[in-house]
Amino acid sequence: MPEDKKEFWRWAESNWKNPDLNWEDANIITVGVDVGSVSSQAVIMGDGKMLAYGNMRTGSESPKSAVNAFNFALDALIDMPEDRMDYCVGTGYGRVNVPFADRPITEIACHARGANFIYGPEVRTVLDVGGQDIKVIQCDEKGKVTNFLMNDKCAAGTGRGMEVLADLLGVSINEVGERSFKVKEEPRAVSSTCVVYAKSEATGLLRKGWTTEEVLASYCRAMAERIYALIERVGVVPRFAVTGGMAKNRGVIDRLMPMVGLERMTTTWDTQIAGAMGAALFGYALCQKGKGRKK
Amino acid sequence: MIAAGIDCGAKSTKTVILKDGKIIGKGKVLTGFDLDKSINESVAAACRAAGIAEKDIERRGGTGSGKDSIKGAVIINDIKAMARAAHFYSPGARTAVDVGAEEGRAAQIDEQGHPVDFAINEKCAAGAGAFIEAMSRALETPLEEMGPLALKSDNEIPMNAQCAIFAESEVVGLIHANTEKKDISKAIHDAIAGRVVSMVRRVGANEEVVVMGGVAYNPAFIKAMQTQLNIDKVHIPDDPEFGAAVGAAIAAGEQL
Repeated sequence: MPEDKKEFWRWAESNWKNPDLNWEDANIITVGVDVGSVSSQAVIMGDGKMLAYGNMRTGSESPKSAVNAFNFALDALIDMPEDRMDYCVGTGYGRVNVPFADRPITEIACHARGANFIYGPEVRTVLDVGGQDIKVIQCDEKGKVTNFLMNDKCAAGTGRGMEVLADLLGVSINEVGERSFKVKEEPRAVSSTCVVYAKSEATGLLRKGWTTEEVLASYCRAMAERIYALIERVGVVPRFAVTGGMAKNRGVIDRLMPMVGLERMTTTWDTQIAGAMGAALFGYALCQKGKGRKK
Repeated sequence: MIAAGIDCGAKSTKTVILKDGKIIGKGKVLTGFDLDKSINESVAAACRAAGIAEKDIERRGGTGSGKDSIKGAVIINDIKAMARAAHFYSPGARTAVDVGAEEGRAAQIDEQGHPVDFAINEKCAAGAGAFIEAMSRALETPLEEMGPLALKSDNEIPMNAQCAIFAESEVVGLIHANTEKKDISKAIHDAIAGRVVSMVRRVGANEEVVVMGGVAYNPAFIKAMQTQLNIDKVHIPDDPEFGAAVGAAIAAGEQL
């Protein structure tokens, strides 16, 4: 990607510190690092409570991305030394490449655990739409996975697919959702499944005189249909929650929910950090059981 | 008898003029936004090459993704066109393969050139020419140099990504890791050949295979296909991208 080109896909990176807690009061400090294909997150927890997190774009090397995300979260805490960490769990696509992790845990388990933390014990179905894959996970009241299905071979319906379209249309990825509803009439969904073909189809629609908003609506609808096809195969048990970057895209999720036929649970947390939260919580549970790092 | 076969494809529109079973003219134009115009231009070009007037055409056969826009033509489905063409090029062929810009097809054919079984990929760029095109952009190498570049490599680097969108990121990753361009290009060709071969295996490939479509021009793709199919008899006609048009002309002539 040429650097001089405006990068419409670029979403805002962020870090956060819990103003109500002090890391010095915590007994056990655990870290969860989720290195995904597109974004990486690090969560720092004190005794199972959120202290800080960092969320940023994954670079070309997984180990570096893990370190960067962790440092970003540490920056938020300002004064916590790196070695104060008692245990670290790595998860996500690059979980085995987290240099300072004590063990890896799959992102399926971590997302279910993280969703349970974010949305509470009533969550039974978690839809996670990340950069490269779509997961539908069913879990119990403790956030333990009971069933799941994943699509990771095709970009259709994923965050990366949305980034490609945002770039093509020159619409900032944060505005895609809002703008997709600025249409007089809801258009039909883009008929191509493959993102490569959907790109040509979108170009064709623009040439036919469709507005950018209509193309966005059509594409968001296609993505919602694609995601729903996967959900349908697993089945939905209420209550239903969405994690991952796509949870922030109203254009897709608001079109998806009527197909699911349920309300989705809401949160003020950044939905992208669910996996890293789950990882940090697993670390805390291991430490409590005495299976933590040998000092 | 003069018959014209018109193949209105995703990327280009091809016309072949057939006189008493011999190809006497070919015409090709890029498929533009206006399909009618592309079709007319390609027919006109083929007539010029054949040295005939358009009114001399007795039968027209239309095929390809834009076949419904071809006026005055008998519609020949893509599988039938491909099977007839394979039989025309090589009567001993029992498997026909056509890999175009956005679609890939494989068919098993009998001694008369009738399709017996077939498989199509029209949903995913991973098994079509669009895949190599996308990768040539990521590799910043002109499309026509991709194949010759890959032939220079003997290394085997597996591509993890199937999807063209993900493969693009993977190629960028390989470039960052200082992998040589020729090795990356070979990995790309091995990947698309793998997708096409798995489709071919579904219909069976035991004897002679005829490969058509624009991707058949690519020597690295053919080499990778040959290796993976483990078969010697892979026949590439001259101008393989005119395959479907030839088949459409033959099929249209049969209906007289």
